[in-house]
Amino acid sequence: MALIRIRGLSTVFGPQPKKALQRVRAGADRATLFADGHTLALHDIDLDVRAGEIFVVMGLSGSGKSTLVRHINRLIEPTAGQVSIGSQNVSAMGPDELIEFRRTRLSMVFQGFGLLDHLSVLDNVALGLEFRGLSRAHRHAMAMHWIERVALQGFEQHLPAELSGGMRQRVGLARALCSDTDIILMDEAFSALDPLIRAQLQTELLTLQAELGRTVVFITHDLDEALRLGDRVAILREGRLVQVGTPQDVLLEPADRDVAAFVRNVNRARALTIDAARMPWPADLPLPPPEQAVDADASIEEALPRLVGRCAPLALRRGGTIVGQVSVDTVRALLEPQG
Amino acid sequence: MSDPAGVFPDWHSPLRDGTNQLINSLVVDYGDRFEQVSNGLLGVLVALEHGLRGAPPWVVLLAAAAFGLAASRRWLFCLLSAGGLWVVGALGQWDQAMQTLALVVVSVAASLALGLPLGVGCARSRGLRRVAMPLLDLMQTIPSFVYLIPAAMLFGLGKVPALLATVIYAAPPLIRLTELGIRQVDAEAVEAARAFGATRRQLLVKVQIPLSLPSILQGINQTTMMALAMVVIASMIGARGVGETVLVGLQRNDPGTGLVGGLVIVILAIVLDRLLQAGGARLRDRPADRL
Repeated sequence: MALIRIRGLSTVFGPQPKKALQRVRAGADRATLFADGHTLALHDIDLDVRAGEIFVVMGLSGSGKSTLVRHINRLIEPTAGQVSIGSQNVSAMGPDELIEFRRTRLSMVFQGFGLLDHLSVLDNVALGLEFRGLSRAHRHAMAMHWIERVALQGFEQHLPAELSGGMRQRVGLARALCSDTDIILMDEAFSALDPLIRAQLQTELLTLQAELGRTVVFITHDLDEALRLGDRVAILREGRLVQVGTPQDVLLEPADRDVAAFVRNVNRARALTIDAARMPWPADLPLPPPEQAVDADASIEEALPRLVGRCAPLALRRGGTIVGQVSVDTVRALLEPQG
Repeated sequence: MSDPAGVFPDWHSPLRDGTNQLINSLVVDYGDRFEQVSNGLLGVLVALEHGLRGAPPWVVLLAAAAFGLAASRRWLFCLLSAGGLWVVGALGQWDQAMQTLALVVVSVAASLALGLPLGVGCARSRGLRRVAMPLLDLMQTIPSFVYLIPAAMLFGLGKVPALLATVIYAAPPLIRLTELGIRQVDAEAVEAARAFGATRRQLLVKVQIPLSLPSILQGINQTTMMALAMVVIASMIGARGVGETVLVGLQRNDPGTGLVGGLVIVILAIVLDRLLQAGGARLRDRPADRL
């Protein structure tokens, strides 16, 4: 059951968006539109995000991904189409209803952190609660809980300017979690951080998510990040949705040549699970004990040492059952980029 | 008007006569109304002036020292503000300086009451900004006497037209810097506040004004300095104060008196500027416990 439903969403920036969109429908392309000052940011997007998943929207700069995520909390108004969350039609909300909806249903993490420089870490984390009108004591207690969860205890009275980039984004993450909303929008949340800190925060996000099960819409231009975090990945190009699928779908069955070119340089051994190379266990061989098998959800990279130099097939297990086998040849075929 | 060739139409006479008729009819029809406004403003100004001039000088010196300490938390500032005023007294300009100080304080308060809402409005509304910005240019460039003539006719000579002229001249930088400060607040901070469900009022009070405070404080500082610069002009329409000392020097070919008046204005400017800068810096450095 989809939690966030986006239907027929199109957005044009410029002096006359409605007219420009009509021209697009009549066959005008992006370049002719751009020539008279209009940008076709999003074109006919249909998208479903399921409750509890990390849904990654991935695209290069200018693909419209940051615009797309801002339609979910209506920071940007679409030219056509609608967004609904659960049974609520976001596009039809009045001003008061929209504010209440933003306070209770979704929160957001920003690329440049979007922290308020004049407030302490504690007050920044409690920001959503303050807008809601909660008492100071109440919101500080809740904020402290999340500050501890992102390992920033001891820094709650510091100003954002006194923290490093990675720590600031932890504040941003804690602020989003502290609002206790079921949906979190993350717009290039880790893109401004150096690679080491980024990987660390990715791990933390996955750990938190495994426990909290919020619905996360994560925007990124980094394919490795998309494949690592996403339960499902949507690829956006020039305002159009090119492909939606699991990381494995995107890697193994790219929708077109561009996507194929795009995924060619990905470290497949890390991005794919060994399960992708699974073949049925040969009927004429006895099943080995599960201790000798590898976990089907392990990455190829993790399983590779067990596979190298082996002649007999390697068994895969899920839980205590053998679910199939892989051989060096099937894994090698998988690691060759297609297209 | 000598234009024998007849190249130019005569716009001079209709503009002059129209303006004069308008002002005259305002004086005749609404004179009482303007006098009421005038008396109200005068009441506040005179009360403050009375307080400053009536109090024993050592009370004012102590108050200046206390302000210096509160604004900067440094003894040097404390000494500087009290010492500056003490020199003013030693130059024999105590009474005039208190008159000027009262006029500056009331002008800055009026500029704040007018300038802050206008600055916020300009930052939020492109339409208002388009109308207001050329008007601000006009207010700053048009010679003060041009609007002092009708102001003196409507409010009478004295302190009220001086106050009006000072506000017209000194409010624009505050309006501009407020507008600029609010528009330069980090776009992502504003977006974050909206995303977390801030109302327009919450966005303004909890995000935009605190984050543009350095710019607004700079505006208050500029406005104060410009108000002080207006005091000589103000004295010409009977507002008294230190400006009068300069004016007397000019009228009597007495450069010494002129220098005394000028020095006092400079000292007042330095003291006010240092106090405002120090207070502003302290607000910026420890903003969290203030707001």
